[in-house]
Amino acid sequence: MAEGPRLAVVGAGPAGLAAALAAAARGVRVTLVAAAEQAGGQFYRQPAAALGAARPQALHHQWRTWERLRAGLGRHLATGRLTHLTDHHVWCVAADPVSGTFGVHALRGPAQEEGVTVRADAVLLATGGYERVLPFPGWTLPGVVTAGGAQAMLKGGLVLPGRTAVVAGSGPLLLPVATGLVTAGARVAALVESAGPAALLRRAPALAAQPGKLAEGAGYAARLLRHGVRTLPGHTVVAAHGTDRLEAVTVAALGREGHLRPGSARRIRCDTLAVGHGMLPHTDLAETLGCTLSGTAVRVDDEQRTDVPGVWAAGEATGVGGAELALAEGHIAGCSAAARLHGSAPAPRRSAAAARARRRLREFATALDAAFEPPAGWAGRLPDDTVVCRCEEVTAGEVRRAVDPLGAGDLRTVKLLSRAGMGWCQGRMCAPAVAGLAGCPLTAGRRPFARPVPLGVLAGLPDTEAGPPDAD
Amino acid sequence: MVGAACALYAARTGLDVRVVDRGPVAGGTTGAGEGNLLVSDKGPGPELDLALMSARLWAALADELGTAIEYEPKGGLVVASAPAALTALRDFAAGQRGAGVTAVPVGADRLPELEPHLAPAMAGGVHYPQDAQVMPALAAARLLRASGARMHVGHTVTGVLRAAGGTVYGVRTDRGDIHAPAVVNAAGTWGGDLAALAGVRLPVLPRRGFVLVTEPLPRMVRHKVYAADYVADVASDSAALRTSPVVEGTAAGPVLIGATRERVGFDRSLSLPAVRALAAGAIGLFPFLERVRALRTYAGFRPYLPDHLPAIGPDPRAPGLFHACGHEGAGIGLATGTGQLLAQALTGKTPELDPAPFRPERFDTDGGDVR
Amino acid sequence: MNPLELTRARPGAARTVTFDGRPLTALPGQSVAAALWAAGVTAWRSTRGAGRPRGVFCGIGVCFDCLVTVNGVPNQRACLVPVRPGDVIRTQEGTGRDDG
Repeated sequence: MAEGPRLAVVGAGPAGLAAALAAAARGVRVTLVAAAEQAGGQFYRQPAAALGAARPQALHHQWRTWERLRAGLGRHLATGRLTHLTDHHVWCVAADPVSGTFGVHALRGPAQEEGVTVRADAVLLATGGYERVLPFPGWTLPGVVTAGGAQAMLKGGLVLPGRTAVVAGSGPLLLPVATGLVTAGARVAALVESAGPAALLRRAPALAAQPGKLAEGAGYAARLLRHGVRTLPGHTVVAAHGTDRLEAVTVAALGREGHLRPGSARRIRCDTLAVGHGMLPHTDLAETLGCTLSGTAVRVDDEQRTDVPGVWAAGEATGVGGAELALAEGHIAGCSAAARLHGSAPAPRRSAAAARARRRLREFATALDAAFEPPAGWAGRLPDDTVVCRCEEVTAGEVRRAVDPLGAGDLRTVKLLSRAGMGWCQGRMCAPAVAGLAGCPLTAGRRPFARPVPLGVLAGLPDTEAGPPDAD
Repeated sequence: MVGAACALYAARTGLDVRVVDRGPVAGGTTGAGEGNLLVSDKGPGPELDLALMSARLWAALADELGTAIEYEPKGGLVVASAPAALTALRDFAAGQRGAGVTAVPVGADRLPELEPHLAPAMAGGVHYPQDAQVMPALAAARLLRASGARMHVGHTVTGVLRAAGGTVYGVRTDRGDIHAPAVVNAAGTWGGDLAALAGVRLPVLPRRGFVLVTEPLPRMVRHKVYAADYVADVASDSAALRTSPVVEGTAAGPVLIGATRERVGFDRSLSLPAVRALAAGAIGLFPFLERVRALRTYAGFRPYLPDHLPAIGPDPRAPGLFHACGHEGAGIGLATGTGQLLAQALTGKTPELDPAPFRPERFDTDGGDVR
Repeated sequence: MNPLELTRARPGAARTVTFDGRPLTALPGQSVAAALWAAGVTAWRSTRGAGRPRGVFCGIGVCFDCLVTVNGVPNQRACLVPVRPGDVIRTQEGTGRDDG
């Protein structure tokens, strides 16, 4: 049995893998706790082994990096320095002030009915992100999926959502999603990007500082062109049509102030709409541990430490910036955690390259964010009868009434007065839309349970957790 | 909630009312409450009298505001698992009946009619048809709107204005002064701080409670159901964690399980022992809950005073200052009666209940002026 | 071209499951959602308010729109749960717990 301090890494995407490999290589016993059956996260999502895919890389990008991560994982698994707990869905991480350790509480198995607790001396949160989608009439119709969802189903299940897709929204994810769909045999009727060429040009210097990234984008664009995919920059989806499933979408051109250009609306027949407006970080576990957030992301220092001792964070959870940034942050975090667990400081030289990459990629992410911000005026255009909270079926009109006349001015009060955000997803899907409608800033919610937990699991929690109840 | 009720009943006597709150509507304990309107957990005494008066007023408001506040006169069911607890419960109920509570003994064989999914092998229980429920945040928002009061939300009170003779004539906020001949302290758990701004002592302290909220379910829990131990917990002076959960279904679907009682200051961080105890207690009452999922949990801070009674009425130490706070876990239920008593005090009418037990200055042994 | 050809997949033997009583073939390793998509099914839940159809939305277990009843157990996320031979998959109505 390996010895040394124990680090629990939550999440096996690029950040979590890079962190786990860096820490394991530096004498730390690492437990990688992850929800998926296979490592890779969303970016390197793998088809199930039973599907027998000989060339999964046909749906992937930066495959060589993945091969390196996978080989590293295999080596550390073989030595026993690293344990990979798959299908472990973490719902809470709690510090035990008495022993100075952490309990990582997870639900095991696809049904998530069995509780299990992993103990560690330190925790590294690499919980990734999820997609932001701004609503429009018809967005709840079957056939409307998130852009990342279409990609995940394709990479993981080797299935397509339909025959004819429109890819729409805003952000750097749309190009690879459209390319993936078209390569796998779908017809992509249009790629609808709300950012116009002018918005991209304004950020040109910052974007051009990343020639590799631009070349990547150009490569996708060329493939789409070859497949005859029409791209509509400066356009937005106005509505999705259909009775029990998607049949068509209406798109229109955006004017400079975010208004729709009169006469520009056109209808496109499709059975699939893959839509997204960027990503949001998963911050629930960090927030419950008491880590300070800044905006919607976990705040970290140069070593990727949160302000809670013993807790590190890396990747999209600390600010959305893509897989390459996540790898750099994960490596830095893993090196720091290993050094600190051994009672020393990390040697800056060992992760100097990663630190340089992190700086460069964060600048690029900031420029992308600015270029792909949601189209102005989207909230005002939303009709009152459009469902905004998909779980509780709360409409835009109900959210507006919670604001006026009932007086709500923040996400929590809108939730209390309208139920928007009270359902199964706990507001993850609707919070951006509610914030837009209420005219308040989008802030990370407080979710002590990062996922739904059976009451039987709560009732069966180990006694030792945090000792007896504290009293004043 | 208490502030909203004070605003409503004061406005209805013809007073010009302004409401100042540093946070949003229902931003404090109200937003973390379950909306219990209970008479069942109170023994004979001033709190029960206030609860009975409040229950009548809530029913009248429900006629007026309709479904907008999700008022449900669902009734409470208190159950005992052992014969000894049942005897104690029946004795307690007999005393309550003497004070005007409808408390109907239910034999073990009849419990399934009232609650089909209740754990078998209970010794018996008592049914309280006067127990009811509202959705507290909606109730506060709707009452405020019905009051027509001018709202200053997001404005923090930084001082209470007192004339040379000590008379209160308004409040200072971070956005300017508001002058008024009467100031009502309905700051709930923070009522002690507001009293201190006026130079008087009111020992309101927080008692933390966690609530669990499940996935949406069909109506599988029909009443407010709790074990007979709950009453002992409410009255307890212990600082340590006490849990005997109240389990109830809601109009919107989720089952609410609340709440723990702990004195730990204003610490909002998740307590796994607290949610473990709540979950275990709820499963003990309703075994089907074992496989039902909790979607969220949240903490609130009940404002309690040492004798577990609220402070309601004028403060003789600071003429012009009135208090309506310190209702502990019963603030939603007692809000209407409190608002009515306060309105009567503001307009010099004879109060409907004896105000003596609720006197704000009752904790003073040395005059209480802290200036 | 389809995704299986593109990745030169050689899946194990297909298994039979039922969806609302109708037999479907599913590939081993696929999620319930992927198997339903492959069979052309895009909706398997009706909401408890307006009774509207829903299926996959986020595809990664965050949005809970794809809740489905599998082998009598409601509220399973179809995008996460792997399909197993003989699974009885049913459209989930409302809360999935016999709403009246």
